[in-house]
Amino acid sequence: MAWRKRREIGKAGWGWTGFAGIISFIYFFPVLWIILTAFKSNADVLSVPPKFLFTPTLENFVSVFRRSYIPGQAAVDTGFDLFFFNSIYIAGTSVALALVIGTLAAYGFSRYPLRGNDTYMFIILTTRMLPPIIVIIPIFLMFRLAGLSGTYTGIIALYTAFNLPFTIWMMKSFFDELAPDIEDAGRLDGSSERRVFFKICLPQVRAGLAATAVFGLILTWNEFLFALLLTGIDTRTIPVAMAQTIGGDIGVRWGLLAAIETLFLIPVIVVVFALQKHLLRGVTFGTIKR
Amino acid sequence: MSTIALHNLTKRFGTLTAVDDIDLEVSAGEVLCLLGPSGCGKTTTLRMVAGLETATAGDVVIGGERVNHLTAAQRNVAMAFQFYALYPSLTVADNLAYPLHAEPIAEAERDRRVAQVAEVLELTHVLRRLPGQLAEGEKQRVSVGRAIIRDPNCFLFDEPLSRLDVQLRETMRGQIKEVLSNLKKATVIVTHDQFEALTMADRIAVMRDGVIEQVASPHDIFAKPSNIFVASFIGTPQMNLIPATILEPTQGVSNFDIGSQHIAIALKHRLRPGDRITLGIRPRSFELVAQQGPETILADVDLIEPMGAETLFHLAMQDHELRVVVDRARRASVGERLAVRFRPEHTHIFDANQQLMQP
Ligand SMILES: Nc1ncnc2c1ncn2[C@@H]1O[C@H](COP(=O)(O)OP(=O)(O)O)[C@@H](O)[C@H]1O
Ligand SMILES: [Mg+2]
Repeated sequence: MAWRKRREIGKAGWGWTGFAGIISFIYFFPVLWIILTAFKSNADVLSVPPKFLFTPTLENFVSVFRRSYIPGQAAVDTGFDLFFFNSIYIAGTSVALALVIGTLAAYGFSRYPLRGNDTYMFIILTTRMLPPIIVIIPIFLMFRLAGLSGTYTGIIALYTAFNLPFTIWMMKSFFDELAPDIEDAGRLDGSSERRVFFKICLPQVRAGLAATAVFGLILTWNEFLFALLLTGIDTRTIPVAMAQTIGGDIGVRWGLLAAIETLFLIPVIVVVFALQKHLLRGVTFGTIKR
Repeated sequence: MSTIALHNLTKRFGTLTAVDDIDLEVSAGEVLCLLGPSGCGKTTTLRMVAGLETATAGDVVIGGERVNHLTAAQRNVAMAFQFYALYPSLTVADNLAYPLHAEPIAEAERDRRVAQVAEVLELTHVLRRLPGQLAEGEKQRVSVGRAIIRDPNCFLFDEPLSRLDVQLRETMRGQIKEVLSNLKKATVIVTHDQFEALTMADRIAVMRDGVIEQVASPHDIFAKPSNIFVASFIGTPQMNLIPATILEPTQGVSNFDIGSQHIAIALKHRLRPGDRITLGIRPRSFELVAQQGPETILADVDLIEPMGAETLFHLAMQDHELRVVVDRARRASVGERLAVRFRPEHTHIFDANQQLMQP
């Protein structure tokens, strides 16, 4: 929006900018440390005091996908390419499903309220009120009985169900914010209810969709507990595989773990950057200027 | 034919009756202004005509056909909303073109109509912009443009000028009137601004608390207000409403008791001595006279408000205030005692039920 004037009055001075920089650096430091570690040789990783200057190496990244488990033997595939695929497939599908179902549900709750609408909204949220560890046993049993353990369908269904309450609440608040006159204008202009939803309402909540998608993706991407218990060897996700990489005969290979984590970060960063323009507006909720 | 008729139309929201049993007819090519204070049910009435609100009782008839059962999309009515309701994610050109999506016309024809409407409303230079990047007056014109781009059965405008500044309002009043006169459709314009109503309407319907108090031409609404509400709502400064008691007539002249003063006016009304009535006189219908007479009362200047070409005197008459507009050449000082003459042809009489009495 080039026509909008750049803010001059109240622009932060160097002092505040520097202060914000320091705070950001403290937040970012663990991530930075992991990324640096991923490029270190084993000796550099363990050196005391820690090294900030070193010769970078890609050997950790190679070992993520191929390495020998017993010293001296030939390197074999670790299966991490599959685990990366699993993480992307499972998180992507379940967030997409939750977004579709949740957005439709949220529109319904917002525009065609039921008797006792708030009660339904509350009940939807209660499913996320318990710590996951408490519901894990009944869910594990349900999955065993239904034969869903270790299947894509099972874990995707579970993650979709977990993302739904959040999606519904977020999207309902975005739909509630819209001016109903705009939809009425659409109706008068000859639009069917379906067209009102797709052509008039949805484009106005793009920012909300982006924000909801990103939050959902981050939560699902990092989920560990259910993935540990409900995925099998073929459907394993990165967090679980990462945990299983810790340990072994020669102690923890920190460089290798850091390399996995660095790769693990890339999809999240790509998605956040791709949606950043919408995200900044989306997370400010009702303050969007019309 | 493009006509609108409302029969016994009623809308209740729970216990609140927003629109109470109204009847109204708008003929083809006629512009009717629905005028009333905020919250009196104007928007609700418009929304029932448009099909956005279901009537609790009564009928909406458009073009001679009862349309109660039709949805807004099926009624083929164009409406401009009070807050414009432009589609925020579409450009001005797409906003204007949106109502045409339902019509089977070629893209070239659609572009031609958009260009034509943009031309009429001077929007050509902003066609590529989004609504968020428009000035208030431009948004208003887009909302009008979106209404007139189709060929609907009738037009509805909800307070189209209420958000514009005074100057823009004056130019837009003329512009809308011109656009509407070329369209030859039944049109309802909602407003709470009497000037808008008086300048744009062929007829005015004055509404209060969900009830239509009077429907008449702008001239008649001003000259023959049917009750005290309409009388006080129309005209600035407000009409003077003076409670009075009727006394015995003398030689065909009616006598009134106004507080401690008496006044004699030659009126043709049939008045019963002893009845309490209200005398209605517009501030411009008084005359300041040098000599006290039977048609005059005495009052003291309380406040002087210059209004440009004219001056408004607030006069105190016992516990009553009198507003009198005089030429600005007429000077007076606060505290001065003036003689004010009532003119029979400009004196309205309202009975105890606040209704206008016919002579
Ligand atoms: N959807 C609604 N639910 C409840 N009350 C409403 C609704 N719409 C309007 N009202 C009420 O009906 C009355 C008339 O409103 P409205 O037609 O908007 O007035 P106006 O347009 O003349 O200012 C007001 O008291 C308003 O509060
Ligand atoms: Mg209104």
